[in-house]
Amino acid sequence: MTNNGKPRTLFEKVWDAHTVRDESEDSPAVLYIDLHLVHEVTSPQAFSMLRERGLKVRRPDLTIGTMDHSTPTTPRNELGIIPVADAMAAKQLDTFTRNCDDFGIPMYALGDEHQGIVHVIGPEKGLTQPGMTIVCGDSHTSTHGAFGALAFGIGTSEVGHVLATQTLLQNKPKTMAVNVEGKLEEGVTAKDIILAIIARIGIGGGTGHVFEYRGEAIRDLGMEGRMTVCNMSIEGGARAGMVAPDDSTFEYISGRQHAPSGAEWDAALAKWRQLPTDDGAAYDQEITLRAEELIPMITYGTNPGMGMPITAAVPAPDDERDYNKKTALDKALAYMDLQPGQQLLGKPIDVVFIGSCTNSRISDLRQAAKFIEGRQVAESVRMMVVPGSQQVKRQAESEGLDEVFRSAGAEWREAGCSMCIAMNGDQLEPGQYAVSTSNRNFEGRQGKGGRTFLASPLTAAASAVAGVVSDPRAML
Amino acid sequence: MEKLKHIQGTVVAIPVNDIDTDQIIPARFLKVTDKDGLGKAAFCDWRYLEDGTTPNPDFILNNPAYAGASVLIAGNNFGCGSSREHAPWALIGAGFQAVISTEFADIFRNNALKNGLLPIIVDEETQRQLFSLADEDPTTSVSVDVEAQRLTLPDGRQIEFPLDGFSKYCLLNGVDQLGYLLNLDDEVRGFEARNPQRVETTA
Ligand code: SF4
Repeated sequence: MTNNGKPRTLFEKVWDAHTVRDESEDSPAVLYIDLHLVHEVTSPQAFSMLRERGLKVRRPDLTIGTMDHSTPTTPRNELGIIPVADAMAAKQLDTFTRNCDDFGIPMYALGDEHQGIVHVIGPEKGLTQPGMTIVCGDSHTSTHGAFGALAFGIGTSEVGHVLATQTLLQNKPKTMAVNVEGKLEEGVTAKDIILAIIARIGIGGGTGHVFEYRGEAIRDLGMEGRMTVCNMSIEGGARAGMVAPDDSTFEYISGRQHAPSGAEWDAALAKWRQLPTDDGAAYDQEITLRAEELIPMITYGTNPGMGMPITAAVPAPDDERDYNKKTALDKALAYMDLQPGQQLLGKPIDVVFIGSCTNSRISDLRQAAKFIEGRQVAESVRMMVVPGSQQVKRQAESEGLDEVFRSAGAEWREAGCSMCIAMNGDQLEPGQYAVSTSNRNFEGRQGKGGRTFLASPLTAAASAVAGVVSDPRAML
Repeated sequence: MEKLKHIQGTVVAIPVNDIDTDQIIPARFLKVTDKDGLGKAAFCDWRYLEDGTTPNPDFILNNPAYAGASVLIAGNNFGCGSSREHAPWALIGAGFQAVISTEFADIFRNNALKNGLLPIIVDEETQRQLFSLADEDPTTSVSVDVEAQRLTLPDGRQIEFPLDGFSKYCLLNGVDQLGYLLNLDDEVRGFEARNPQRVETTA
């Protein structure tokens, strides 16, 4: 699919197909939004704004709500209900229910069989499809880019814009090809790829850009691994990350609730096959990593760019020539209570969290369970496993994964964001160390004073068993 | 939104790189359903000691000499991480009208502009100069001319900063972007008619 014969990237094709109005000297482009995901935390003020102005939701049929951020993940009571103890969270959830009801938006409430983390349920229900524009008041909306959609996070004002008009004002971003060539070694996963990319470019490295992940290692990942990679694009500063759709994509979508069927499926497939970047299309920037050179990654600092191969030593601020970077590293190591030159391998930990929109899908849980099976979580470690959605939870339970985790001494919880954002009471105590499969290790992100090492589900499982930060490759 | 044409105010520096929106406003304050009261929670975990209520005497925003500062000068890559618009709401609630840095994360920048909080990009040398001026003298004041996209430093030096024409128009005239989008209804209908295929959530 060329435009006047000019080769285009995947991003450009999706962008061009959605501009209601092109960018001009005086104004940004107006972009049509195909799917708008809403959740309880970043939407209330947008709905209030609609009410103040007497506006309706323009396309409730292109909007879907779920409760995830502030929901408890504690067990259901005798009535099958998940009680919300926190009064403010309860009020926020009630407000969300009322807003979705009043404006006619379909919504999965807490405990509903379809409820889950917003970026887990979109793909799971087949709502996320190639070539779409998808937004949500949440920066990890980039996850949906794994399907060749242009998906990005927006603020609450913009949530209001999309609710009211189904459009957004956007300046056209630049593009960066992120090539991951070759094959991953055993024990190295999608999470390690993305942590390595961010460690290389830094957390501002992709600002103003959309990433397109390419290369053999990305193709080989399968859809859930691609979602893990795209999920953390924002941690590299990019609002969106995309992967060209291919047979893995189509196979994943086929048969899901909202997937096209029959003649519509054939038509959709024909369209989707046109989406991959044309030969000769140019990117504004390009970087390449070799998959064989990667080993399990872990972060040591207080942003996701402060990551390293798990066998490496914590860097020394004194080696940093840039003053700003030196102070940032000083501050991070003080918060983490780590010494320059220290190995993280063998470092005792308190908590292991497997969950979040980065790593809470069935393949993540299978990987962790396979490792844990026949082993025990160390006495000193609290391990929490939080499935990304009710559907993932049911699937895992049908495979007996919940039993594997429970009998190893881990907690098996209800679906939600949980300790990724620590809004719901699932949180670290001050000073505790966690190995977490989530996406952010910012100060206090998992609980005030808590310290986070980001890693893959395999590394998290290995560390849970050993009670210390561990390289899963040695234990496979 | 109020019109924003000029800013004249004293400067306070937080010379930390990569200040993420979790630091600007921690997640536990996101359970609100309005925008009120977030100013008190701005930089909460830096501003208060372990108990969450005693002001941390070492944190600059607790220094009475800097009370009333309306311009924040920060390290590189300000506002990264979560898309929460509570971050600009909290900064505005804490009395800020502008933030100066060498770079802003995309979503923060968008969110700030929609609320009349001006993100001003300067080079590293200007950033360093402002860090030391603010540090040495809490009465250091700068002025900003939005129309001219010009920042004037205490020594009279003038620095131009980038600002896209549309955001500038919105700031100067106090209009928000929703009104503009609502006016395009015919074009949006035309687009929908030409591109009828959609995935319906209600199906
Ligand atoms: S799991 Fe974490 S990162 Fe993902 S949507 Fe929830 S809070 Fe955000």
